[in-house]
Amino acid sequence: MSITSEQTEHVAKLARLALAPEEIALYTRQLAQILAHMHVLSQVDVNGVEPTLHVIPDLANVTRPDASRPGLGAELAVANAPEQADGYFRVPRMGKEG
Amino acid sequence: MAGKLYRLSAADASRALRAGEFSLEELLSSYLARHEEVEPATRAFITHDAGRARERVRRLSAGWGEKAEKVLAGIPAAIKDNLCTREVATTCGSRMLTGFLPPYDATVVERLQAAGMVLLGKTNLDEFAMGSSTETSAYGATANPWRRGRVPGGSSGGSAAAVAAGQAAYALGSDTGGSVRQPAAFCGLVGLKPTYGRVSRYGLVAYASSLDQVGTITRTVEDSALVLGAIAGHDPLDSTSVAAPVPDYRAALGRRLDGLRLGVPREYLAVALEEGVRRRVEEAISDLERLGAQVGECSLPHSEYALSAYYIIASAEASSNLARYDGIRHGPRAWEEELGAMYRETRRLAFGSEVKRRIMLGTYVLSAGYYDAYYLRAQKVRTLVKRDFSLALERFDALVCPTSPTVAFGLGDRLDDPLTMYAVDVLTIPVNLAGLPAMSVPCGLWEGLPVGLQLIGRPLGEETLITVGHALEQCRPLDPERRGPLYRSGGELGAI
Repeated sequence: MSITSEQTEHVAKLARLALAPEEIALYTRQLAQILAHMHVLSQVDVNGVEPTLHVIPDLANVTRPDASRPGLGAELAVANAPEQADGYFRVPRMGKEG
Repeated sequence: MAGKLYRLSAADASRALRAGEFSLEELLSSYLARHEEVEPATRAFITHDAGRARERVRRLSAGWGEKAEKVLAGIPAAIKDNLCTREVATTCGSRMLTGFLPPYDATVVERLQAAGMVLLGKTNLDEFAMGSSTETSAYGATANPWRRGRVPGGSSGGSAAAVAAGQAAYALGSDTGGSVRQPAAFCGLVGLKPTYGRVSRYGLVAYASSLDQVGTITRTVEDSALVLGAIAGHDPLDSTSVAAPVPDYRAALGRRLDGLRLGVPREYLAVALEEGVRRRVEEAISDLERLGAQVGECSLPHSEYALSAYYIIASAEASSNLARYDGIRHGPRAWEEELGAMYRETRRLAFGSEVKRRIMLGTYVLSAGYYDAYYLRAQKVRTLVKRDFSLALERFDALVCPTSPTVAFGLGDRLDDPLTMYAVDVLTIPVNLAGLPAMSVPCGLWEGLPVGLQLIGRPLGEETLITVGHALEQCRPLDPERRGPLYRSGGELGAI
């Protein structure tokens, strides 16, 4: 299993993760190792096998009545934010990179 | 009764409290003094708040008449630091949640508070519970109190070290691939991972949502029955919690093993086990047979694929769950002028290397062109692993095997090679893939370090695990000297 540093950079971009050049090198090597190990899965015959998306059978589309109920409130909801104003989260501007 | 109250199990402390042998204040003082003595060695806690615990005891004492009804009332406990505690820092062992004060309690915390818990603090863990040794925490490693230079296991290593060293009577952990059972095994404790859905995950910071489950770390099987009884049950705030009624788990204590069928998975004894682990587990299985259980061999043929399937699924879910850490709602922020750059820099600065590795792996296996080959295939292999267990558990009431292939390994031994670290969980991971309940029970020492026996049950079969675990515990009680850290002074405990 080979993986290029360009692929690692692409994945980092998808994951919104800035990586230093030495991290790109490290993860390129380690991802290749880990994926090579995981290649054993290709030996398994999975023809006709349904994927298990959830381990509890018969539990699907759990809903609650569509009724209003008290929530946290704006003040408490933004209390942990690094920057806030008037009950809102403050964020940097969205640029062409965003 | 005088002196070392911290040595009592939660159940014994509860009985003595109700018999008036000592006061809530005396019990708490014993734990606080012990904490002062041993925390410099164990480094089990990220946050410890003696003042809050004292205030809690004052209030409990004032209303003791009604609280005394509740078995866990007044018992000092610790909570893994990935469970939200209202107005008490919750860090997940990550710089990413520095300063985060949850506005609410996790359901399990709320239930224990209602049961009269005295919360001592929040315990150390691998960052976001991603690890098997508690070494990836941004707050530094935790020591195994049994032996200098050994890991306590992970990711709930702080919870296990605290309970083993006498800093808390019991603790909660979380188990995604073995994170309750393996540290319990390494620290000579009982670790119970309930059936997926038995316990609410609301307020548990998500790592891999289809695998995560809150579990208990206790010194005795009786304590695990008490704590599970307090936290289990349906929660409207967790749509994956199951509605089945919660039995009185204490009723499962002391039942006889006659007629119970226990299966030993052939593949689990074929992995490279440390000699002492194999020996102790075989002895424990003989004991269970002597106690009346019928023991037979069974097969879980897809076991060898479970580890790979697990790391694909867990990493994929982690990469999605951890997308929420963006420097906007909590934690630190990199002060970039543009939003995208702020996300990327915040995540670079605040996540540690194991978390980044799993986010990268998870993003890769979910990305266009690879989804079918890795993620979808892993979910199908998961079906096969689950089917193996279903077939085996038609013939047997529970399965028995080692919890971990080794006893506690050395600090730093496996940190540089992710695959060596991942392989540590080879015997616990399949259980999470199948969503089954499992318990690690101490089954003796090897070269002075504890060995854990793993019991795996049917869905919602926690009572069987409690019955078997309790029988084993009762038939081979350890003498006090060999009971380890609880009977040693702070200076004699394992440190980093």
